[in-house]
Amino acid sequence: MASPILDRNLHIRAIDAYIDPGVPRARAIITHGHADHARAGHGAVLATPDTIAIMKTRYGADCAGQFQALDFGVPLQIDDVTITLFPAGHILGSAQVLIEQGGQRVVVTGDYKRLAERTAQAYELVPCDLLVTEATFGLPVFQHPHPTLEIGRLLKSVADNPERSHLVGCYALGKTQRVIALLRDGGYDAPIYLHGAMLALCDLYTQLGVELGELRPALDVPKPELAGQIVIAPPSAIRDRWSRRFPDPVVCQASGWMSVKQRARQALVELPLVISDHCDWGELQQTITETGAETVWVTHGREDALVYWCRSQGLSAEPLNIQGFEGDGSEGEAA
Amino acid sequence: MKRFAQLLELLALTPSRTRKLAALVQYFREVPDPDRGYALAVLTGTLNIANVKPALLKDVVLAEVDPTLFAMSYDYVGDLGETIALIWPHHGGTGELPTLSELVALFNTTSRREMPGVIAGLLTRAEINERWALVKLTTGALRIGVSARLAKTALAEMSGVELQAIEEVWHGLSVPYEALFAWLDGRAGRPEIDQSARFHPLMLSNPIEEKDFERLDAKDFAAEWKWDGIRVQLVLDGERVSLFSRTGDDIAAAFPDIVDNVRGRAVLDGELLVGQDFEAASFNDLQQRLNRKVATPAHLRDSPAFIRVYDMLFDGSEDIRTLDWTARRARLEAWFKANPQDRLDVSAVLSFQDWDALAALRRQGADEHGHEGVMIKLRSSPYVPGRPKGYWFKWKRDPNVVDAVLMYAQRGHGKRSSFYSDYTFGVWKGNEIVPIGKAYFGFTDEELKQLDSWIRSHTTASFGPVREVSKELVFEVAFDSAQLSTRHKSGVALRFPRINRIRWDKPAREAGTLEDMMAFLGVDWPGREDGLPGRAGQ
Repeated sequence: MASPILDRNLHIRAIDAYIDPGVPRARAIITHGHADHARAGHGAVLATPDTIAIMKTRYGADCAGQFQALDFGVPLQIDDVTITLFPAGHILGSAQVLIEQGGQRVVVTGDYKRLAERTAQAYELVPCDLLVTEATFGLPVFQHPHPTLEIGRLLKSVADNPERSHLVGCYALGKTQRVIALLRDGGYDAPIYLHGAMLALCDLYTQLGVELGELRPALDVPKPELAGQIVIAPPSAIRDRWSRRFPDPVVCQASGWMSVKQRARQALVELPLVISDHCDWGELQQTITETGAETVWVTHGREDALVYWCRSQGLSAEPLNIQGFEGDGSEGEAA
Repeated sequence: MKRFAQLLELLALTPSRTRKLAALVQYFREVPDPDRGYALAVLTGTLNIANVKPALLKDVVLAEVDPTLFAMSYDYVGDLGETIALIWPHHGGTGELPTLSELVALFNTTSRREMPGVIAGLLTRAEINERWALVKLTTGALRIGVSARLAKTALAEMSGVELQAIEEVWHGLSVPYEALFAWLDGRAGRPEIDQSARFHPLMLSNPIEEKDFERLDAKDFAAEWKWDGIRVQLVLDGERVSLFSRTGDDIAAAFPDIVDNVRGRAVLDGELLVGQDFEAASFNDLQQRLNRKVATPAHLRDSPAFIRVYDMLFDGSEDIRTLDWTARRARLEAWFKANPQDRLDVSAVLSFQDWDALAALRRQGADEHGHEGVMIKLRSSPYVPGRPKGYWFKWKRDPNVVDAVLMYAQRGHGKRSSFYSDYTFGVWKGNEIVPIGKAYFGFTDEELKQLDSWIRSHTTASFGPVREVSKELVFEVAFDSAQLSTRHKSGVALRFPRINRIRWDKPAREAGTLEDMMAFLGVDWPGREDGLPGRAGQ
């Protein structure tokens, strides 16, 4: 099964451009700044202004030969192909790519979530003929609770354990800023302490207009002062040497994977927070239905179950195994 | 139900034993009867909801969820109860879930035909954590890292009653434990149970130290071999046969070869062993049987179980625990004469003149028969549960040691989760190093820090939580015995390995070899028939 517009490596033939390529390409359209989608070394990059800013912050100003910024909703005509970016709601600047050619509409979602919140531009539904959707949480066991409930559990635990610090494992880009925003909106206005890996991206979010309140580096803060405080660090750091500097920490992790208790237990997470930047199973189904797509390609996660479901709905569906993407998104950058 | 679900979640996710205990104590203090009694039953595995089995739950779910999607989900989650809790597609409904005791009553009174509808209704009304707890409650497979003993320890902590006293009455109680809680709360006396038919906490020994011998007179003591099995209590009440582990868990179901072949009435203390004709085989063989809830025909044929009895607590229905050891021993021997046994024998008393003679005997037993050491018992001692000082001693043989090279290190758990604290080490086999065992204790906290930092700077590869390190660091590893093993590439496995010393000074090329290890294989091991060398003068 092929499409005349897009091949299975997400290569747009007519304009020789790849979407989120895993290896350096002459022309790349980047949906968002996570490392498994945005890589350094492409010739020319087309992306939203926010995504370009993120890439420059992470990889340096010269991480691509040239950048072309394209605002949401503005069609870009290249020969007989029209490219338009629409908000994907996943992280700041994250986009879905609409490709129109010869009356056919193809949408590549990148990573996306349906729930609107203030650290990412809200998802917009884009009707299409072929939908290329992610499936990070493509199993019916994934039914994400509302994030305010989860943040409420964190705030309650902080209040109940004033002598312990709460060490929250979050990916540096997207999840961290979202958790901070949720905490602020939940009424938490004390300084939030950050691992060094988070600082630059939080600064960038603030510059781009996302209010995050007072943030402090956790480095060199005397141990007793961190009792009762919230510290955010990459998941790899919360159980490693870095964590030893905190008083009796409650190890927390914010991720869609945390709904599975045995998984949280294995990861030694004491307070799992089910906060996801992706659609859950119901939202994936909802999106596929609402776009009206007759053909669905599924990538990036648990393809089998979603392909099975699409076919049961009479849709044409195929798994895509794109080189360079994580087979199991659990270790991927942002879940 | 909400409160119970919160408790289960906290127990499942809190790595700290102290915090688990505190949560249990708080729960048992605050929750009224009979709910806390049912919770106790769930935690100790004594609640049996006969009408709801995992298969029924699965049918209820498969009526609502596509079977293929369910199978894919189960495959991913890996735990049936959790899969059901997460995948249930209907949320809402009216009102809170019933309390724990109301739920048990509901399950016990609902007909088979109505049960699926009742369960579906409950699953829909439940919040996610309650749904998880509900499924755990009905399937019985908790997998939350809480033992029955921890729950009982919480009861002791809550009430100030000794854990032993609780264990002593435990097997005579019934769900939902109202008599127990009345006693623990001080509202009633200790529950009355038939003392001869229940588990009685065991008398334990202390390690003997060199200086002890100076003040102890050998004539006051009896000695026996220290058997390498598991400690058990056999309770023959005239009708029923119960076999309890050291902690009071009933393991009778796994050992029908014993339970079906004993006669008489008594409470006996001894060592559970496996082997033909009362010849004890290796602990590995026993382990095979302990790992199973029910014995297979092959086990019964190849590793028949027996008990080597060394003490008697009740003679018939008479409590003889206050008699001294000599008198109890006489009773025990008389009882065996009156009640001939196929699966029980009596642990022999060793004769020795003085401590030097016993030391020689201990060495000889270790060398020639692989005995772990000797037990030394004060002849005038009553049978006192717990670990009373001055009555029973264990005198283990000196450990074997080998210099082994650190190969892999793994993250620890709980407090040690940020440290590489579990070590796999190996010995030379020609020019390669082959693993012989794993150890995670024997070093100080300070040494752990040094090891952790050494490992981080000498990592050559990472596999998830495991790091492979360059083969440079030598441990002096102590162990009780070596056995043949198909699990390790080296073909050898160690019993009770621990890090004796870290040999920062010793070059890896001077570490032990596989030939050295083969010499540790006792002549008693069946493996010698495979052409392996016997014990070589270690």
